[in-house]
Amino acid sequence: MSETLDRPTADSSGLNVVGTRPIRPDGADKVTGRAAYGADYNMPGQLVGKILRSPHAHARIVSIDTSKARALPGVKAVVTAQDFPDLASEVLEGGEQASNARDMALNVMARDVALYDGHAVAAVAAISTEIADEALARIKVVYEVLPHALDVEAAMAPGAPVLHSHLFTAGLEAKPDKPSNVAQRHLNVRGDPDAALAGAAVTVEGRYITQGVHQGYIEPHACVAAWGEDGRCEVWSSSQGQFMVRAYSAKVLGIEASAIRVTPAEIGGGFGGKTVVYLEPVALALSRASGRPVKMVMSRDEVFRSTGPTSGAVMTVKLGANADGTLVAAEVELTFQAGAFPGSPVGAACMTALACYDIPNFRITGWDVVTNTPKVAAYRAPGAPIAAFAVESALDDLARKLNIDPITIRETNAVGDGTKAAYGPVYQNIGFKETLAAIRDSEHYQTKLGPNQGRGVAAGFWFNIGGESTAAVHVNEDGTITVVTGNPDIGGSRASMAMMAAETLGVAVEKVRPMIADTASLGYSMLTGGSRTTFATGMAVIQAAEKVIDDLKGRAAKLWKISPDQVAWRDGAAHCLDATKADVGPFTLAKLAAQAGRTGGPISAQVSLNAQGAGPGFAVHVCDLEVDPETGQTTILRYTAAQDVGRAIHPSYVEGQVQGGVAQGVGWALNEAYIYDRSGHMENAGFLDYRMPVASDLPMLDTILIEVPNPRHPYGAKGVGEVPIVPPLAAVANALRGATGVRMNELPLSPPAVLAALEAGK
Amino acid sequence: MARVVVGSECWPFTGGASSFDIPATSVRDLINALDARFPGLGDLVDRRMAFAIDGVIHQDAWFADIGADAEVVLIPKIGGG
Repeated sequence: MSETLDRPTADSSGLNVVGTRPIRPDGADKVTGRAAYGADYNMPGQLVGKILRSPHAHARIVSIDTSKARALPGVKAVVTAQDFPDLASEVLEGGEQASNARDMALNVMARDVALYDGHAVAAVAAISTEIADEALARIKVVYEVLPHALDVEAAMAPGAPVLHSHLFTAGLEAKPDKPSNVAQRHLNVRGDPDAALAGAAVTVEGRYITQGVHQGYIEPHACVAAWGEDGRCEVWSSSQGQFMVRAYSAKVLGIEASAIRVTPAEIGGGFGGKTVVYLEPVALALSRASGRPVKMVMSRDEVFRSTGPTSGAVMTVKLGANADGTLVAAEVELTFQAGAFPGSPVGAACMTALACYDIPNFRITGWDVVTNTPKVAAYRAPGAPIAAFAVESALDDLARKLNIDPITIRETNAVGDGTKAAYGPVYQNIGFKETLAAIRDSEHYQTKLGPNQGRGVAAGFWFNIGGESTAAVHVNEDGTITVVTGNPDIGGSRASMAMMAAETLGVAVEKVRPMIADTASLGYSMLTGGSRTTFATGMAVIQAAEKVIDDLKGRAAKLWKISPDQVAWRDGAAHCLDATKADVGPFTLAKLAAQAGRTGGPISAQVSLNAQGAGPGFAVHVCDLEVDPETGQTTILRYTAAQDVGRAIHPSYVEGQVQGGVAQGVGWALNEAYIYDRSGHMENAGFLDYRMPVASDLPMLDTILIEVPNPRHPYGAKGVGEVPIVPPLAAVANALRGATGVRMNELPLSPPAVLAALEAGK
Repeated sequence: MARVVVGSECWPFTGGASSFDIPATSVRDLINALDARFPGLGDLVDRRMAFAIDGVIHQDAWFADIGADAEVVLIPKIGGG
């Protein structure tokens, strides 16, 4: 069941394409196997690139002897950190969030110290996979193994091995006198939380733990790179941003951005994990050294061991409320694992933790902690699901303690238009209360539960962003349209771009072909992420279409010998408004296109902009599950997600985004976790041992789309791709609490853990 | 005169002050004015902060208008996944 609920103020009148469900433009390519992913690209004479990775969680690299590898017939190049510039510390713009250039380069290739199991230390290019593997085996690396710290508690313990001697905790009142693994403290305080908690009628508190989990995209990282004799390079790769790949690769290699042209491949999932580079600079360095194109494709083992998961975390939450459930105070402390280099999403987690609720007194403290694990990367709504697991679990305990319905306690404290968000701004045009009402009124919420079954509710928030985008709209000679953007399509953006262009131009969406350009063919666009593309790039598409309409109206005006302001554009045609020319019929877009050569030349427009004013998203989820008390196995029975989506440009894609976020969140809640042995080696670097949910694990995931349009977008769009992964961790945990009577504060809620909790609770 | 609200990232520059009035009609004006009053803060804000102007978030937008009595909340720049 899926349904769309319009708030009365939502004006969808006059829309012919937006809000419909046309066939997806990439569907045929994907179901027939014609879509070309990263590993599908090949170049004449290409070599196979492979990376040697550290087997140690923390080790000083004493020496690397590559002579025997270089001597192997068929080996064309070997590179180590010595083949890359030793960059200074510098904040890099160009990706999704500011990154440090030196950290990024050291993550691509370790220089003096290997900081995690799987950290790249050398790479080879050879004429075959077998020779490349043999070459890796012949590289002799002498390590001095160092003590390691895998999680935040180990990394913060007295005497913990310090990963970076230059790292002093930022954000404290005074600079510490010695380095540590704590990179930064975040602090957000409102009112007097200590006094308010002391005076609260009722309080609840808990300590919550989550493990590192991977985005789990099906397509491993892959690229082909060719370094030309003139220094100009080509890269074909799967990523969330071809301009990001260009910027970061150029920086890591110390070359100009214009020297690299990046062509985006079809992407087999990213979820935030493909917002950084791992292979591309290495492939370019190998190509430079060998003089031949180099293709690199990660194995699944490499994806798990060497690319960014999201953080594991340790959190504490204390809530204080009046007897009627009104929250009066909150104390939240979030300690997040950053991996080998600073930069966990704890800052965003601090901002989102209490974003759903209007609480007069709170203190939120966040700690960013480096560990001997892969540097974390973004994962849908980075940080927010982790914080929501803690806060929404505590709120569920508060509702149970006060015997208040879980929807009611959230409605009692819900933010609305005019509420000052916990992270600062005043909300406008938000639909949180509507999503709560939709769940309360849903058939699901009225369904009775059976033995060993439980129901859990949780809410979530994500900011959504805008940013820099470029789009071009071309009118072809037969009146069909080509829309070109610079954003890889990770969730249906080609469909939404085509639909918004068709809606604006007044033509059938089937007449519009959406394409994604390489970095030399279109102006800059930020990567696809942050739930920004339909909002920001869509705005560029709409404005480009409007420029095309202005051009078409101008040509029609010249043909009619009237002023352009006497021409109206509707239903895909120019209409004459001059009453003295009542006998002239409209000029259709196709007719004007056919005459383009004689009326001024090609009809085309490009718009570059930096979109502002993205509308935040809210979601409320309800989960029903059943626990087998004999085995601890949990079965999801029913799941319904309500979300404020602004305006659903293509509702089927929006529902798919919601369902995908729920599926990933359920996996995070029930089974997924990075597991390390005592030496710091990852033990479950494969899908057989790293248990992600599959279709048979889940029921139909129902969605309710709430449309509270964003007035700062022509069609009311808000980002939709990140919010749906925020509530599931807590929704599942709260349902399990209901089914078992036992509060489990540590993820994953796997069968052995549930069974142990049940045994402990007897 | 805009009412500017800053978080803990800015406190080392503002001496712990979390809100103050600054004359500015655009984001760039505000950055420059912040740097003049709190040396070093302008650079930090320009590189790392977004501007919620009367509730609407602006990121990397020097020319965004700031109304006469606007509230401008500085928050860390936001990314996503």
